[in-house]
Amino acid sequence: MHIPDGYLSPSTCALAYAVALPFWLVAYQRAKRLLHTRLVPLFAVFSAFCFVIMMFNLPLPGGTSGHAVGMAIVSIVLGPWASIIAVSLALLIQALFFGDGGISSFGANSLNMAVVGSLVAWAVYRLLSAGASLSSRRRVLAAGAAGYLAINAAALLTAIEFGVQPMLFHDASGTPLYAPYPLSVAVPAMMIGHLSFAGMAEMLLTAGLVAYLQRSQPELLAGQAGIGEQSGSRSRSARQLWYGLAGLMILSPLGLLAAGTAWGEWAAEDFADPSSRQQIIQASGLHALPQAAPEGLARLAGLWSAPFPDYAPAFIHSAGFGYVLSALFGAGLILLSLLLLSQLAGKRGLPQ
Amino acid sequence: MSEQSFIAGGHRHRGNIAERMVHGLQQVMEHALDAEAQSARQGLLQQLDPRIKLLSLLAVLSAALLARQPGSLLLLLGLAVLLGQCSQISLRQLYRQAWLSVLLFSGVLAVPALFLVPGETLFSLPLLGWPVSRQGLYSAALLLGRAEVAASFALLLMLSTPWTHVLKAMRSLGVPVLLVALLGMTHRYVFVLLQTASQMFEARRSRMLAPASGRMARQLIASSSGVLLGKAFQLSSDVHLAMVSRGYRGDIYLLHSFHTRKRDWCALLLAVALPFLIVWTHA
Repeated sequence: MHIPDGYLSPSTCALAYAVALPFWLVAYQRAKRLLHTRLVPLFAVFSAFCFVIMMFNLPLPGGTSGHAVGMAIVSIVLGPWASIIAVSLALLIQALFFGDGGISSFGANSLNMAVVGSLVAWAVYRLLSAGASLSSRRRVLAAGAAGYLAINAAALLTAIEFGVQPMLFHDASGTPLYAPYPLSVAVPAMMIGHLSFAGMAEMLLTAGLVAYLQRSQPELLAGQAGIGEQSGSRSRSARQLWYGLAGLMILSPLGLLAAGTAWGEWAAEDFADPSSRQQIIQASGLHALPQAAPEGLARLAGLWSAPFPDYAPAFIHSAGFGYVLSALFGAGLILLSLLLLSQLAGKRGLPQ
Repeated sequence: MSEQSFIAGGHRHRGNIAERMVHGLQQVMEHALDAEAQSARQGLLQQLDPRIKLLSLLAVLSAALLARQPGSLLLLLGLAVLLGQCSQISLRQLYRQAWLSVLLFSGVLAVPALFLVPGETLFSLPLLGWPVSRQGLYSAALLLGRAEVAASFALLLMLSTPWTHVLKAMRSLGVPVLLVALLGMTHRYVFVLLQTASQMFEARRSRMLAPASGRMARQLIASSSGVLLGKAFQLSSDVHLAMVSRGYRGDIYLLHSFHTRKRDWCALLLAVALPFLIVWTHA
């Protein structure tokens, strides 16, 4: 899953760095506020742990072996923010020192494995193990599911990053300039390996580790080690909401997979265009279609002109890139308004 | 461990789980020791200022990313070979540590592109009859070329510069002090934990009479990871106490002793000219 240099275009690399940067900053700020000087050796040692854990080849049923990334167990023990930093540092050492994963694609690798992987692992584990006692079997199952889903979410994002390259970056003759496969090839290619072997390795290792810690060092599972656990329960539920939103935002380019216009979302001009008419008739079970758009629809459609019509602003000449940009912009707006609302609500709720 | 760095010799070792793990862990340590020894030799790249080398690496990486013709990438690869030769880094090393592993990983990804990218058919495979398109061939060559160029230059930097100098160079170029300190410590503890893990598996190996079954091997890996996690926690607390007892209060101080000379600036100028040259030739 470590993307080497040259697979992603310079602009994709820059975008990945830009998306990962706020997560790094928030992770660092949260950790710094809570732990002061202790965070320095903690992060360094756990980054080294992630690095070493990636070398533990787990024998899998079927005679193969796979290795885990370790983001799930670090998220469970230390919390997602520490995990983001620890896994990112391990990836940086791998990229710089061992040529594993590119330097230009370090932002994308961190976004996939450190940010998305850690957040998904933590959210799934918290959701599935909520209310379970420290020694309960549910925690082991939750850890396994967290590991499995985290590595697969990271793999899906990697596949999307690969898959959008030929759509957005090709020369005049249509030759892809970076990763050459469309989403229809990249997504199955990445997911088959991760849904089977790599996912199983992360699942078995995370579940096995939690089962082991339950017997030997339960205090590590109690949240005493974590740096994100000290805040009160009020912010905890809000935090889960944030993670869900971040996950949705990251998965939003999945919309690119669906071709054509959604049923019932036709524009007035689609009624006049012969190819669109054909699609609408096909999608509506071959029912007859009026020659022109219904009068009311045409009148109302002209009332509001969106700045990003069809998810592609006029200045962007690629529909695919426009979609991704629109998704990020839209999700960003939602997050911003929620942030403002929660700030307002927080101020109102605090005793003066 | 990874897709690239340890394919060339890492996973082919036969034997039981403990033996394979010890072998894999030792190979990483050897890889690092080799790099340290190489960086102490006298060569062209070894004599350059680490800051210049780091900046030049970034410039060459952007040149490789901007290149849109396999010919430009081939020239860059030739430059990597030439620099390697002048820096006592053998072709064999470049081949084993960069080219082969990148070829094994990127080649797997690039070969299907020959058939999958639609376009003008050049020829068909003799027995299967799959058509190879010109666009596919071009695309695969670009992908492979970029990955090879980037890996070669990254390897040249790491083989010609001690890790501590890379870190110092990062610091002098404005990378935040805490990040540099964390990277330095992480690198150090990677080896502490590698050694710990290696000893754990070695101890286990000496007590094993027969190869472990799949289930037992998984239990062994999970419990070893658990012990390592516990040890990592212990280590971080010990290191923190040691740091505090030596006066650490959140500020980290590094020594700076780099001096640039005329040839450093010439090297940087040449490296920075590369991406511009590539953009200009393509325009």
